[in-house]
Amino acid sequence: MNVSRAEYCVIACADIWRGAGEVLASPMGLIPSLGARLARLTFAPDLLLTDGEALLVRPDGTPEGWLPYRQHLELVAGGRRRLMMGASQIDRYGNQNISCIGDWARPDRQLLGVRGAPLNTLNNPTSYWVPKHSRRVFVERVDLVCGVGYDRAAGLGVSARFHRVVRVVSDLGVFDFATPDRSMRLAALHPGVSVEEVRRATCFALTVPEEVPCTREPEAGELRLIREVLDPGGARSREVPEGVRS
Amino acid sequence: MGDKTMTADEAVSQLESGMTLGIGGWGSRRKPMALVRALLRTGTRDLTVVSYGGPDIGMLAAAGRIRKLITAFVTLDSIPLEPHYRAARERGDLELAEIDEGMFLSGLRAAAERLPFLPVRAGIGSDVMRINPGLRTVTSPYEDGETFVAMPALRLDAALVHVNRADRLGNGQYLGPDPYFDDLFCAAAAAAYVSCERIVDTAELAKEATPQSLLLKRLAVTGVVEAPSGAHFTSCAPDYGRDEEFQRHYAATPWPEFAGRFLGAGEEAYRAAVQEWRKERIR
Repeated sequence: MNVSRAEYCVIACADIWRGAGEVLASPMGLIPSLGARLARLTFAPDLLLTDGEALLVRPDGTPEGWLPYRQHLELVAGGRRRLMMGASQIDRYGNQNISCIGDWARPDRQLLGVRGAPLNTLNNPTSYWVPKHSRRVFVERVDLVCGVGYDRAAGLGVSARFHRVVRVVSDLGVFDFATPDRSMRLAALHPGVSVEEVRRATCFALTVPEEVPCTREPEAGELRLIREVLDPGGARSREVPEGVRS
Repeated sequence: MGDKTMTADEAVSQLESGMTLGIGGWGSRRKPMALVRALLRTGTRDLTVVSYGGPDIGMLAAAGRIRKLITAFVTLDSIPLEPHYRAARERGDLELAEIDEGMFLSGLRAAAERLPFLPVRAGIGSDVMRINPGLRTVTSPYEDGETFVAMPALRLDAALVHVNRADRLGNGQYLGPDPYFDDLFCAAAAAAYVSCERIVDTAELAKEATPQSLLLKRLAVTGVVEAPSGAHFTSCAPDYGRDEEFQRHYAATPWPEFAGRFLGAGEEAYRAAVQEWRKERIR
């Protein structure tokens, strides 16, 4: 069974939703979406999914509810939601930036804006997806904290009682914050990736356990779902191509 | 009961430089573009604009009409970054009050409910507090003692929104899947101008769809503008989807060239110019 890097990424993203229960899954981006739908079809059958617009849908697209933006924002505040979003920059404590690069007052590169990241991170378990792990993304300090990381949350007391950064998945591996100071730890490597490769692509010092496991192998049924049901067109390999990285 | 119909030009003639203006829709969806185009034909400037931003912001920023923008994002959806807004920001052309999407909603709600602020569990811990040094926090007076951001009311001098149908009195109906926040924009504003795809008799409104689709109440609406394709090139489901091809053209064309070709005269001239552009593409 020849599993592609993109497929390992889908599996790692799917595992984000394990044990989430009957909550709204908000995956942003292609591979997180494939992961959420795979989880919904297999080990997380109670997840609620959206069509990306205003409908809650079953995996076959049948509507089962209405969730316009306003209700979505209310649901974020209510907490019955878990999400995986992107990060233009992320630091060792899981502070995330999607707003701009450079000085906020006059940015070198204007990006999306803070969007819902401050609300998300104080209310819902949050994970991040980075399709191309690099020193431009995994930085010493993010230029603007949109999503709140553990060092910031530590000073917020009761206001941060729902704060939890679950995991970061990149095209190189899986990262969590299971360290005494809640800084980033290498939790798993996608097969074929070395610790050295991850270190070279990361600006800050990662905690690396003595034994780093590999991202788990997909089950045959999972692989069939990814290839035949969820992404028959192979869009996943355009987001995470095979072969040597630049 | 008064007939509130007016032209887009009449609606925007009631706006003044320096006003705080709310614009409905979300990203590149159901934006009141005919009203924005009409606004661009006036000399109105120094605006404070409050918007879940899309090409409305791109155009007004490119034309130098925005003094201050209050937003959580600016995007064209299928094109993630709005190029004209982006260029304006990178040139330092406008002041920005960047807040979270949920804070934005609370600000509109506070204004609609005549409250000075609403508490929100968002913002603290993030740099939203650093870049908006005027933001204050509030502590729960109950035993939990939690600290919240006191999101100030986003009071609007005027709101511009676009819906599918309206009657002459200002009752507005949306037929797509999402109301966005258009009724809140109207409720938060001293004056609200609603453009619509088609003006119909009041009796027609409830025939076309369920009562829940009657989003805008006439008591919150100042003017009604019939503007077919008034959201173009953003989406106005189910009447039409986003004009992706034209949006790509907008995004790829230098602003003076785009404005010169499409935004010089009135709305009819705009539609004719788009049609001509489309013909050229087919040839």
